[in-house]
Amino acid sequence: MSILIDEKTPVIVQGMTGDKGTFHAKEMIEYGTNVVGGVTPGKGGGRHLDRPLFNTVKEAVKETGAESSITFVAPAFCSDAIMESADAGIKLVCSITDGIPAQDMMRVKRYLMRYPRDQRTMMVGPNCAGIISPGKAMLGIMPGHIYLQGKVGVISRSGTLGYEAAAQMKAHGIGISTSVGIGGDPINGSSFLDHLALFEEDPETAAVLMIGEIGGPQEAEASAWIKDNMSKPVIGFVAGLTAPKGRRMGHAGAIISATGDSAAEKAEIMRSCGLTVAPNPSEFGSTVAQVLGA
Amino acid sequence: MDVHEYQAKELLGSFGVPVPKGAVAFSPDQAVYAATELGGWSWAVKAQIHAGARGKAGGIKICKTYHEVREAAQGMLGKRLVTHQTGPEGKPVQRVYIEVAEPFDRELYLGYVLDRKAERIRVIASQQGGMEIEEIAKTDPDAILQVIVEPAVGLQAFQARELAFQLGLSIKQAQSAVSTIMNAYRAFRDSDAQMLEINPLVVTKDDRVLALDAKMSFDDNALFRRHNVADMHDPSQQDPREAQAAEHNLNYIGLDGEIGCIVNGAGLAMATMDMIKHAGGEPANFLDVGGGASPDRIETAMKLVASDEKVKAILVNIFAGINRCDWVAKGVVQACGNLDVKVPLVVRLAGTNVEEGRKILADSGLKLITAETLAEAAEKAVAACQGKLRAA
Repeated sequence: MSILIDEKTPVIVQGMTGDKGTFHAKEMIEYGTNVVGGVTPGKGGGRHLDRPLFNTVKEAVKETGAESSITFVAPAFCSDAIMESADAGIKLVCSITDGIPAQDMMRVKRYLMRYPRDQRTMMVGPNCAGIISPGKAMLGIMPGHIYLQGKVGVISRSGTLGYEAAAQMKAHGIGISTSVGIGGDPINGSSFLDHLALFEEDPETAAVLMIGEIGGPQEAEASAWIKDNMSKPVIGFVAGLTAPKGRRMGHAGAIISATGDSAAEKAEIMRSCGLTVAPNPSEFGSTVAQVLGA
Repeated sequence: MDVHEYQAKELLGSFGVPVPKGAVAFSPDQAVYAATELGGWSWAVKAQIHAGARGKAGGIKICKTYHEVREAAQGMLGKRLVTHQTGPEGKPVQRVYIEVAEPFDRELYLGYVLDRKAERIRVIASQQGGMEIEEIAKTDPDAILQVIVEPAVGLQAFQARELAFQLGLSIKQAQSAVSTIMNAYRAFRDSDAQMLEINPLVVTKDDRVLALDAKMSFDDNALFRRHNVADMHDPSQQDPREAQAAEHNLNYIGLDGEIGCIVNGAGLAMATMDMIKHAGGEPANFLDVGGGASPDRIETAMKLVASDEKVKAILVNIFAGINRCDWVAKGVVQACGNLDVKVPLVVRLAGTNVEEGRKILADSGLKLITAETLAEAAEKAVAACQGKLRAA
């Protein structure tokens, strides 16, 4: 098993006909993802990559039974696209888009809360690499070949650092059940905590690697949750030990602005909550191997 | 993006937040002219820099005569002001703000922030204005009043009223405070601010509130729809390397070390800096070239990093997802052909099209140090920086 997506999950691509949408939709289809259609307002009725196009997400859901969506929509229009998916009953929206205004995301999060918990859309991202369940399906922009199928769950704020971890684990012969990129923005659709809970429930996930970075309260919240609720071992890491205070390190959300935001403080919180912390970013593979072997 | 005090006040004023009468000046002559135009008997001359704690550092002077205004402006303009928030190099003062000084009875604190934990706008107020809020949070956390704004309906008048009365204001003062709290919220929301601090918000002798100082920063991601805010950008307040990088849309942060870094992805860029430190070196910069980096973009990044005189070695670390290693390799070869790179260059490529990329580097005949893993790359960069490793 895996979390969030597998080879059966019917997926639509919002913004499929753009350059990025086309390129990555093709990659996802080649990887084996069940892409059932695309949404581009104004191009409904046409076809793209041998899939039907729709004007609205509601139409796409009605015609194809889509359950998940990935958005390749420009920042100015992306919050609208996410809310459209939520309103159409899409269960999982993954947003790759980098550059969505934070107040737009604040409104998106509030909008998602309109729905009762069992009907609520899970959002992953924005500003993320997406989700991959190796050997099954990919809802994202990652290089699929670096992932080995297996039993470790990965959650990462950074896309490329998630790749680094996957490659190191592959070198150790360790596979991944699902890897989720939650994104580098200050307000994320879903947090470490949301996905940890899913991995805890997933019978085929034996351990979880969570890769955080400076800024925000997410790592600390997740660590506290792990301490009280998680039976599976969790390996942690926080990037940005050398990052100066008050400077935004590329990601809109990667900034040390309050107590508890720094990498050293977060790593200490992880340790105190029982996580095994990888000593440096070249030891993801070896640390996971050690934990699995123990 | 940060703005100057006078820019924040202009914006707040346009939303109906009461601010003192003032004018910006770029020269001592303009400063004196501004004081005569503004009228009154006493003026504050305030250095405009993107940092706080100016008062203690001599960046704010109260003047009683035009002569004093001229002298104060002369003493500030063209200098660098060092406060405990600027770092030792300080910030250049190119503008001063001349403001009519108003007598007041009390100093309050009013702040707004996009709270990451609540994922909502948080309004913060305190009776202890004039102090840094972090200081109050440490010494007297109960003195901090807070309200969370429900995004679907926005800040409500009753919430502003609760704050006003908790601040211990009289009915007349509270009326002025409520409209100020509401208007400042609108300014925050409608200009996509991330932080707004009015400290102090003073209570005047005739029972009004007035924003005596104002500090605002804005969401870079929203500047596309806030042209009035984007126009306030002042590159003189940035590290010149960062200003240059920003022109090329590169995510660059200047640091003090000797190893220049060119990396894709913010997380990997931070991790690369961490690995350099772990290997015994110090990074000279953070640089994320982003996804889809073309050969030209790599060349621009190389040029920027190589132009830093402190840099004694350059580490290129690319884990290509959207990127393509062959493109990155072409960029490195192109840059080495066009630029005179005198320091050792360590290149680590991984991910999409890695074999093609490595072949381009090998066939180029360039003297490069290559590495396969992150750890190896960092160790080789540190060794090369210390003169212990040369390209074969």
